[in-house]
Amino acid sequence: MAQAHSLNVNGRRVTLEADDPQMPLLYALRNQLGLTGPHFGCGLAQCGACTVQVAGKAVRSCVFPISAAAGKTVVTLEGLGTTGKPHPLQQAFIDEQAVQCGYCINGMIMQAKALLDSNKSPTDLQIKQALAGNLCRCGVHLRIVRAVQRAAKTMA
Amino acid sequence: MLNPTLNRREFLAAGGSLVVSFALAPGVLAQQPAAVKTVSASEVDGFLAIGADGTVTVYSGKVELGTGVRTALLQIAAEELDVPLERMKMVEGDTLLTPDQGATTSSVSISRGGVEIRRAAATARAALVNEAAKVLGVPAEQLTTQNGAVVSRSDGRSVPYSRLVGGRNFSLKVDAKARVKDPTTYRLVGKPVPRVDIPEKVAGTFVFMHDYRVPGMLHARVIRPPTMRGRLTGLDDTAARKIPGYVGTVRKNDFLAVVAREEWAAIRAARAVRAEWAKWEGLPEKSKLWEAVRATPAVRDDVTQNTGNAVAALKTASRTLRATFDFAIQTHGSIGPSCAIAEWRDGNLTCWTASQQTHELRKQLADMFGLKHDNVRCIYLEGSGCYGRNGHEDATADAALIAKEIGQPVRVQWSREDEHVWDPKGPPTLIDYAAGLDERGNVVAWTSDAWIPIGQAVSRATLVAAELAGMPRDASHPGSIQQQLAIQYAFPNVRAVAHRLADTPFRPSWIRTPGRMQNTFGNEVFLDEIAQVSGADPLEFRMRHLKDARAIELLERLARLAAWQPRGKESRRQAGNVVTGRGVSYMKYELVRTYVGAVAEVEVNRKTGVIRVTRFHVAHDCGQIINPDGLRNQIEGNVIQTTSRALMEDLQFSRSTVTSRDWASYPILRFPDVPEVVMDLIDRPAEAPWGAGEPTSAVVPSAISNAVFDAVGVRLRSVPFTPDKVLAALGAPKKDAA
Repeated sequence: MAQAHSLNVNGRRVTLEADDPQMPLLYALRNQLGLTGPHFGCGLAQCGACTVQVAGKAVRSCVFPISAAAGKTVVTLEGLGTTGKPHPLQQAFIDEQAVQCGYCINGMIMQAKALLDSNKSPTDLQIKQALAGNLCRCGVHLRIVRAVQRAAKTMA
Repeated sequence: MLNPTLNRREFLAAGGSLVVSFALAPGVLAQQPAAVKTVSASEVDGFLAIGADGTVTVYSGKVELGTGVRTALLQIAAEELDVPLERMKMVEGDTLLTPDQGATTSSVSISRGGVEIRRAAATARAALVNEAAKVLGVPAEQLTTQNGAVVSRSDGRSVPYSRLVGGRNFSLKVDAKARVKDPTTYRLVGKPVPRVDIPEKVAGTFVFMHDYRVPGMLHARVIRPPTMRGRLTGLDDTAARKIPGYVGTVRKNDFLAVVAREEWAAIRAARAVRAEWAKWEGLPEKSKLWEAVRATPAVRDDVTQNTGNAVAALKTASRTLRATFDFAIQTHGSIGPSCAIAEWRDGNLTCWTASQQTHELRKQLADMFGLKHDNVRCIYLEGSGCYGRNGHEDATADAALIAKEIGQPVRVQWSREDEHVWDPKGPPTLIDYAAGLDERGNVVAWTSDAWIPIGQAVSRATLVAAELAGMPRDASHPGSIQQQLAIQYAFPNVRAVAHRLADTPFRPSWIRTPGRMQNTFGNEVFLDEIAQVSGADPLEFRMRHLKDARAIELLERLARLAAWQPRGKESRRQAGNVVTGRGVSYMKYELVRTYVGAVAEVEVNRKTGVIRVTRFHVAHDCGQIINPDGLRNQIEGNVIQTTSRALMEDLQFSRSTVTSRDWASYPILRFPDVPEVVMDLIDRPAEAPWGAGEPTSAVVPSAISNAVFDAVGVRLRSVPFTPDKVLAALGAPKKDAA
């Protein structure tokens, strides 16, 4: 018995069907909407690879039930900008070459977006603390901090 | 995003030639015979194709694992061909299309893979110039190449490559002596060209393995045993049958998986299935791991270095030092659990995989299913960084087995727990050292004896699915972990022996800098101990025993970079709980390639035992640098990842299975704790290009240990350097009885 959930994703109104109201938002985004920017990393809200914004807040979509997103506004990495017209954060990650494998980068950018929404000129330490719950295994941390600083300056 | 599945119509419309275009047509060519395009590494056509539109496609057996080699290899090919980067494309790790250049491991993607592509490109360029000489009626010596065309120096007339060969084969052997460009004329190699994959990765449109889909695909989850040698004794899927979209279970001996139409349904079904497994408690007790390693019988001894007579010299030395080092079992810790897709058609198997060794995996899968190699095609898609042989290959075998049983294409996505528990592990390493000094403090003997597992000859790890299902399979190879069990220092008597053990607790595989990291840890900490008892400055002591001019230059530059302050026998006395120290380490990778020296700066809290690594200074010489920014990115990654491994990572297990099952039970370094990294890159454009994916990692644990000694005067000889071990070394009472 599939239930329909209406929400706004990246500025578009969508209706998503789910047999299980507890299905994490991540699966609807990736498999029903083809938004594969958010990644599955742990399913435990431990790594941050799946981070999206729901109602303006960074959430871990791997544990966020689809039913809880109903009626809300969701923004994914794809909703920030495109390769042709990147968001200042995306452009800063390009400028700093702040990627290795790139699997975690969705979460880094989405979590940094939440930080910059509330703090327009963070210190390096504040950036590190804001991203402390996001894991990167390749070791791109220093570049990511520089990219967030660069974006903050661009957006100021 | 390029979809590396060829559109067959376009392929054949060009007369089976090399006009290659890409379209979202997954599976279309999947079952076509391999006869269309050569994959021979001795043919130019194996590596390169120039289309009618002037687009150059590079076919690379080496694949992008996140280290930037796609961009670097394109730079090399574009440089040698004089084609703008924007007109270059790359197909990687497709067994139907790309040459077998060996696994993407061991930091050889540039030094071997790149050099092979460079030679093919140089051969192609010479052939294009010769062809243009005929077309233009100008002697080849008067021709040059630029912007994808051959140009006459005398009158400026030009002919584009697309007119000379576009859409046709070169039909030319790679000339190993083909003249390569003079490095002083390089316009792309040696430049910080931005990586070609980053714009799509930050926009969320890059298609990772995990993001790929094929038509008619079902979703599967594996259900692994609760022990490492699980035997399935009972199965009940009654509860799973109530889940909408549930298709069924696949069971073959002890291999078990669930299949569903939707991914979430597969996850729910995997939780709902009740499986019963036989008890097994064959793992050693974690607290007695090193006794278990030492008690394991050695199959053979590999003598990895033998100069003079170290055993005799040790006996007559006036002073002897001995120390034992150990290095924990570690997991690759990919952020994305492994994922793969498999499809069977007419008895042929096609797999989409993030394997770093698609050509080898293809053979393993063919063996597993009793097929000819040609009946299996593996197509590479980038996964989450693997740092060695993680679970990608196993997920591929899972998908292949499930798809065969279910008769439809299947995508397998491992869970976090699947990855932490079931990816093969970097094996435990135990090394005994001894050194003999004469009465003046000179080193007269050095011996090292490592206790490390044996493996099979080829670099393969057992496929878990084949093992559980009882299908044909290989033994596991732990990587070339005997490498670097040797030193470059000019001592008169040196002997190093790897005692290759018959068994090791977990399926072993290579994990970044396999063996070279563990062995360098022992070598460079033990050397520091010798320098210290000799009253010598550790950096000066190293330089005094090196005869290699590049090594000495590197260490001189490291000393300048780090503003190294020479020190003697006395360790500095510092007040307070938090004290600082600096330690040096050096190695030449496998004693034949990349040189790295590092100075680590640490803070040690004497009260808590917590080490903070605050800064790394790295001097790096990998010969000709292809992309200096890519190189910096790699060095930073090596330092940060290995700091994590050195400080924190120690796989936990019960007598039955791995108990480090997620990021809470296997923590890794987080943002607030990453060290700063400052670098001095030594570029040698006229020299051969060597690798940088691993070498810096080799010196990190030893540099940290040596810095801790400088800070608190105790030697840490057991990785990871956990607070408990630090406190124990400091002689402080343990926090708890455990």
